[in-house]
Amino acid sequence: MGINGGQALIRALEREGVEVLFGLPGGAILPVYDPLIDSPIRHVLVRHEQGAGHMAEGFAHATGRVGVAMVTSGPAATNIVTPLCDAYMDSVPMVCITGQVPSTAIGTDAFQECDTVGITRSVTKHNELVTRAEDIPMAIRQAFYIATTGRPGPVLVDIPKDIVDPANPRSAMDWYWPTDAEVEASLPGYKPSTQGDPVRIREAAELINRSVKPVIYAGGGILKARAAEALRALAELCDLPVVTTLMARGAFPDDHPLCLGMPGMHGNYTAITAMQEADLLIALGSRFDDRVTGRLDGFAPSAKIIHVDIDPAELGKVRRPDVAIVGDCRSVIEDLLSALQALGGSAAQPDRSAWKQQLSGWREKFPLTYENLEAGEGHVKPQFVLERLRSLTPSDTIVASGVGQHQMWTSQYWKFNHPYTWVNSGGLGTMGFSIPAAIGAKVGRPDRMVWAIDGDGCFQMTAQELVTASAERIPIKVAILNNAYLGMVRQWQEMFYDERYSEVYLSPDLPDYVKWAEAMGCAAMRVESTDEVDAAIEKANGINDRPVVIEFRTDAREKVFPMVPAGKGNSEVMVDPSQQAELARIRALGL
Amino acid sequence: MHSYHTLVVLVENKPGVLARVAGLFARRGFNIHSLAVAPTEDERISRITIVADTESAPVEQIVKQLDKLINVVRIDELAPRDSVEQELLMASVQASVGERSKVLELCQIFSAKVLDTGTQEMMVRLAGSPAKLDDFEQLLRPLGISAIQRTGRVALPRLDHGSSGASLRSVS
Repeated sequence: MGINGGQALIRALEREGVEVLFGLPGGAILPVYDPLIDSPIRHVLVRHEQGAGHMAEGFAHATGRVGVAMVTSGPAATNIVTPLCDAYMDSVPMVCITGQVPSTAIGTDAFQECDTVGITRSVTKHNELVTRAEDIPMAIRQAFYIATTGRPGPVLVDIPKDIVDPANPRSAMDWYWPTDAEVEASLPGYKPSTQGDPVRIREAAELINRSVKPVIYAGGGILKARAAEALRALAELCDLPVVTTLMARGAFPDDHPLCLGMPGMHGNYTAITAMQEADLLIALGSRFDDRVTGRLDGFAPSAKIIHVDIDPAELGKVRRPDVAIVGDCRSVIEDLLSALQALGGSAAQPDRSAWKQQLSGWREKFPLTYENLEAGEGHVKPQFVLERLRSLTPSDTIVASGVGQHQMWTSQYWKFNHPYTWVNSGGLGTMGFSIPAAIGAKVGRPDRMVWAIDGDGCFQMTAQELVTASAERIPIKVAILNNAYLGMVRQWQEMFYDERYSEVYLSPDLPDYVKWAEAMGCAAMRVESTDEVDAAIEKANGINDRPVVIEFRTDAREKVFPMVPAGKGNSEVMVDPSQQAELARIRALGL
Repeated sequence: MHSYHTLVVLVENKPGVLARVAGLFARRGFNIHSLAVAPTEDERISRITIVADTESAPVEQIVKQLDKLINVVRIDELAPRDSVEQELLMASVQASVGERSKVLELCQIFSAKVLDTGTQEMMVRLAGSPAKLDDFEQLLRPLGISAIQRTGRVALPRLDHGSSGASLRSVS
C-alpha cells in the first residue's frame, strides 16, 4: 500500500503501542507532525527539548514502558543530548526521534544541521540515521527492541526530511511491518542473554548458605527487571538484610524489617557500615558506582561478591566478583530461590544472630537525624518538610527529584514502600531533572499523586516546563526547597574549602518563585515557618486542576549527613554532628 | 614495556561502524596501537583488526565493551603465538646515485621491493611480521628516511597443523 515516510513513522509508533509523544516541532521534522494530527497518539508540546527528553524518562521510570521524544534537527537535537546521556547512565528505556536536514544537504553545514548521530553516539545504546523511507518501519522496530531488551537504554533514530516529506518522491514507499524474527535477524550482533548459568547460580546459593554476615546490595536493575517481588522473596527466604541504592529506592520496602535503607556517600550509617563489614555482598542489578563504594581499595574489604547483572561488561568492571552471573535479575533471582530451596531453604541458613544484633545496634545508635526546631523558630528545616510531605501524601505517591542536597534528603526521608515511586537522575546527576520528569511520570500514571521535590538552583534550569504542565493540564505538585544557594556545592565549600564560598549564592527572592509559578499558570504558595508547612501541603494536595508550587524557605546552613567525603573510604563516614561523639567513642574502642 | 592484544572484530559493513569502534576506545580511555579495516569474504561483514594496548585497560573489559556495540557481530582474541600477523611498510630513503647499493643490499637481505627510484631517493616496500618490519626500519634509519608509512597489522588464526589445540579463542 502506497504511503509516505512521515505517515509510516507515525503508524510505526502506533504499532509499537506509543500513546504519548513528548516533543517540539521544527523545520526538519515538520512533515512528521502533519500526519500526527490524524493519529490517536497524544503529543505533549514542551517548551524546551531537554524537557521532552526528561519527560520521556519520567514516563519510563513510572510506567516501565518506553518513553518517546520527538524533536527537530540541529539545536533541538543538541538540546536533547543531556536527557539521552541521563537515560544512558540510568538505563532508562527511551526512543528519541530527531529530524535531520534532507539527505542531499547532509554534510553541507545546512541550516539547523548537526551531526546528530555522531554527537549522540556515546550517550545512546544505539543510534541510526535512516536513509530510505522504506527503512523507517524496521528502524523504529529495532529502536524499540533495543531500548527495551537486555540492559535498557536510549535509542535515537535520525530521519532526514526528504524521506518523510510527501512533496519529495523519495518519501514514497509501500507499508510493511517487520516480524519479530525479521527484527532479530536484522541485528546479528545483538543477542542479550537473560537466563543465568545454573552452575553459577548454585555456587551463589552455596555462598549464601555459608555467609554469616550477608547483605543484598540491590540496584536499579531490580526495578528494570520488574524483580521487586522476587527480591523480597529472596530476602525473606534466607533472612537477608537489604540495602537499596539511589536507583533502587522503592525496590524493597523501607518499612520492611530487613531493609537497611540507602548506602553510599549520603547513605545511612547502618547501610554503609553493613556493606563494609559484610562477608558476602549479593549485588543484584547494581554496578559498584563510585558514590556507593567510596574509595575502592577500602570498600567492603572482607566481602565475597556475588554479582548479577544483565550487562556482562559490569561484571568485573569495578570489583572482581567471586561468582559472576549474567542475566535478567528477575529470572536469576527466581532460579536462585529454587537453588536455595533445593539446598534446604531457610533451614539451611547459618546462625546470623550476632550479625542481626550488630545491625540493630547501629540502627539504634545512628538513625538519620537532624536538629528539630520549635514552631516559628528560624528557617524551616528541609528534612522536616520531607517528613511532613511523606506523612501527608498517599503511600503510593510518585516523587521526582532534581540533583543536590534536596535529592539526598528526599531519598533519605521519603519512606519508599512501593516500586516505581522514585524518579531521579542518579548516574548523570542532571540538575533540573525533576519538573519535566514529574510531568512525564504524571502523564504515565495520571491516577497517582506526583510530587517534584526541587532545589532553587534546579528549579531555575527547567521551570519553563510548568507552562507545558499548565497548558496540557498535567497537575503535578512541586516543592521548592529554597535555601538561596547551590546547596550541595555550598556544603562542599563549607566542609572542604575552608568556608570559602565561591559563586554559590543564588538569593532567596530573586526570582520571586510565587509570582513566577503563577505566571506559568500554577497555583503557588510560600512557606516561611515550620507551623505553615502542613497547611500548605494539604492545600496543594487538594488542587487537581493545575500544577501547584510551594516554595519552602529553608535553612541554608543545613548539610546532608551522613557523608563519606569524596576520595575517602566508607569506614570514614561522617555522621550527624549530634552523633559524632558516640561514633568517635565506638571507633576508639575498635568496635 | 607495553603489552598488546590483537582483537579481530567482525562488524556489520555499515556507515559509521568504524567510528563507533574508535569512539568507544576514546570514550573508555582504551588505547589503540594499530588498526586495519577491510571487507571480508561476506560483503555484509567487515573485519577490523585492532592491536589494543592492554596496559590502558584489561583486555576482558575492552572486549566486553566492544561486544555491547550493536553492530559488532563477533570478537576473537588472537594470542601472538596462535596467529599469523603481517604488516606492510613503505619508505622513501635518501639514496643518491653512489649510495643506492646500500639500500639495495638491505632490500635483498629482507626481501623488500624497490617501488620507485628518483635522483636522490629510493622508495621501498616490505611486507612481513611486525618484528621484521621493526628491524628493517631500524636499519634504514641511518640512511635517512624522508617518509615512512606502516599499515598496522592484520592477523588470521594460525592453521591447524595437526598438533596442538585451538588456535583462536572466541570471546563473544
